[in-house]
Amino acid sequence: MTVQGFAHRNYLNADYRFRSWLWTTDHKRIAILYMISITMFFFVGGAAAVLFRLELMTPRGDLTIAETYNRLFTLHGVIMVFFFLIPSIPAVLGNFLLPMMIGARDLAFPRLNLASWYIFMLGGVMAVGAIIAGGADTGWTFYTPYSSTYTNTNVILMALGVFVAGFSSILTGLNFIVTIHTMRAPGLTWFRLPLFVWAHYATSLIMVLGTPVIAITLLLVVLERGLGIPIFDPKMGGDPLLFQHLFWFYSHPAVYIMILPSMGVISEIVACFARNRVFGYKFIAFSSLAIAVIGFLVWGHHMFVSGQSVYAGMVFSFMSMLVAVPSAIKVFNWTATLHKGAVSLETPMLYALGFIGLFTLGGLTGLFLATLAIDVHVHDTYFVVAHFHYIMVGGAVMGYLGGIHFWWPKMTGRMYPEWWGRLSAGIIFIGFNLTFFPQFVLGYLGMPRRVHEYVEEFQVLNVMSSAGASILGVGYLIPLAYLIWSLRYGPLASANPWGATGLEWQTESPPTTFNFDKTPVVREEAYHYDTGLTEASHSHVL
Amino acid sequence: MEITAAPMPDTRHVAHHFDDAEQQFVAAELGMWVFLATEVLFFGGVFCGYAIYRFKYAAEFIAGSHRLDVWLGTVNTAVLLTSSLTMALAVHAAQTSRRGALVRNLLLTLLLGAAFLGVKGYEYHHKFEERLVPGRNFRFVAHSAHVPESLQPAKEEKVDPRQVELFFSLYFAMTGLHALHMIIGIGVLAVLIVAAGRGAFSGGYFTPIEMTGLYWHFVDIVWVFLFPLLYLIR
Repeated sequence: MTVQGFAHRNYLNADYRFRSWLWTTDHKRIAILYMISITMFFFVGGAAAVLFRLELMTPRGDLTIAETYNRLFTLHGVIMVFFFLIPSIPAVLGNFLLPMMIGARDLAFPRLNLASWYIFMLGGVMAVGAIIAGGADTGWTFYTPYSSTYTNTNVILMALGVFVAGFSSILTGLNFIVTIHTMRAPGLTWFRLPLFVWAHYATSLIMVLGTPVIAITLLLVVLERGLGIPIFDPKMGGDPLLFQHLFWFYSHPAVYIMILPSMGVISEIVACFARNRVFGYKFIAFSSLAIAVIGFLVWGHHMFVSGQSVYAGMVFSFMSMLVAVPSAIKVFNWTATLHKGAVSLETPMLYALGFIGLFTLGGLTGLFLATLAIDVHVHDTYFVVAHFHYIMVGGAVMGYLGGIHFWWPKMTGRMYPEWWGRLSAGIIFIGFNLTFFPQFVLGYLGMPRRVHEYVEEFQVLNVMSSAGASILGVGYLIPLAYLIWSLRYGPLASANPWGATGLEWQTESPPTTFNFDKTPVVREEAYHYDTGLTEASHSHVL
Repeated sequence: MEITAAPMPDTRHVAHHFDDAEQQFVAAELGMWVFLATEVLFFGGVFCGYAIYRFKYAAEFIAGSHRLDVWLGTVNTAVLLTSSLTMALAVHAAQTSRRGALVRNLLLTLLLGAAFLGVKGYEYHHKFEERLVPGRNFRFVAHSAHVPESLQPAKEEKVDPRQVELFFSLYFAMTGLHALHMIIGIGVLAVLIVAAGRGAFSGGYFTPIEMTGLYWHFVDIVWVFLFPLLYLIR
């Protein structure tokens, strides 16, 4: 096989020195730095999942003792939430695409963008350092007074790692908001923006308004634990519920930080592979904002059994039902976009369709959990675990992988192997459902989460789940292999292999350092697909 | 008053990805305001904790507050508000391209900020001597020689020293975070003073001065809330 190089000067071959990557202020290169980093974190968090799924093959704790198990699920949660899911789509795809989608040469603050990567890595090194030093066993939720007073594990370093990484999230959100406000190309009005941009705008609002609260909360935990000054300690009259309120004030909206960008990706993919205008553009755009706003008012649904007042519980229950409405609007609109579209099933579309189904299931079970009485029954069981994995893995990770495949030709200038792509999308879908669907049943039957031993009746479902996890693991390794392979051996991609609309497809693949030779002028709405036009969608390769 | 044309923007500072100086300035300004919004939420968390604990433990918070030195707090408030004035004057000097006035006002701002921190340090030291720093050595006696008779809690009123300790935890956390912001601000001011002395700023380019001004005023406003909440509750 001959390896063909790129004919044109682009952001990848502009400079080959290592230094040119570490000191780059190019949003595209920073996106690649993030992609490499979060991929490593993903496999660290995944390794922990492999270990505890192995442990759960049998009812008794024969692989790990309880303490080790606690550290494993804490590691998994902290790494996956703070170091993979939250940065995943915004920091990789958002960073890469947002300036191009709005016709800009870079984000508003390129140096701040690079700084946010270094801050992220510093936080990551601290968290991994805490893990190597023995890990923490508080769960990713760091509940007091266990975290602040009683545990003997490395909470301080772990919490500080999350604290530091939080600032990278804040700075990314800030950069996006300013960029979207001030750097749109001439003619690119708000309602001509791709829905990916709207989704990232809403996400950024949550990042800048939510993340500081978790920062101060974890800082207070560190102060209490490290310096011995009482803040949440009930012995001194401190209030553990205060911690829970502050924690979930960020950590519930954080779920929307994970899912909203994914929704943005799905809007792009569905429109492109249905060759159709997005149905109800404004509804999808505003539902992103509605999710961001209402999402800040539902945190108490994590605390139905914590001792918060019943009236507060009722309000939070109602608000949680309400936040389902904008999510449902999106699902209906994507489905309506498929209607009478010329649907083709390339890999990104398989992920998008998978997303819609799994997200719907995750969302509907979220309504169960938002119902006070049911939540009391299934609280802290595997039902909850299954629910949020349907949102975070079935939703956010599917969207991330779909987006990576969709924009891979733009990012690398190479096509990935389509057959392998479809195969692994299928494996991931099957593996995911086999892993997590049994957990709904387990939870409903009463198996508590975060416990390494269980009664024998639960073994069959747990073995199913572990078997699914191994399939899921294979499903994640295949793209890792063929995407790396495609960097060298993939066929060269044209500027617009999918025949998609959007300014990012008008640049070369891969784009030049400053994205556009001259600033584009926008004269049409987003998604001006001619319905039913299909030939463009089949000419992937230059 | 003589009307002069607005100075031409200094295009040397326009980064490659901006179209013009105005776009760059608008972006910087919006970025700063968004950053200040994150700061409001950052302090908001600990203010929220304060509100809840003060509601639950009103008597203890008042007893703790009486141990703070209202006079020093008042002096510090005056110092900090004056520094906001000199900061505003610095921004104006930059906009009107008066280098001498700019350097002078920035320097005054820095010195006033340092004076604030000095007083704060003295207060911290005093609290340390009185064993009012939370932790193992914290000791609160309801009827202390340090407090005038009129401000002593009534004999029948029960004041739990553990919740007074909670008050001091919040006092040190809140004023400590505020002081950290002051120290960062002073560091930035020092850099600006050197740059301003070299003539880096003019009416055509004063973005860093204006942004630092916004930050400095924000840190002042935080203190304007901290002072009554911590020192003046009765």
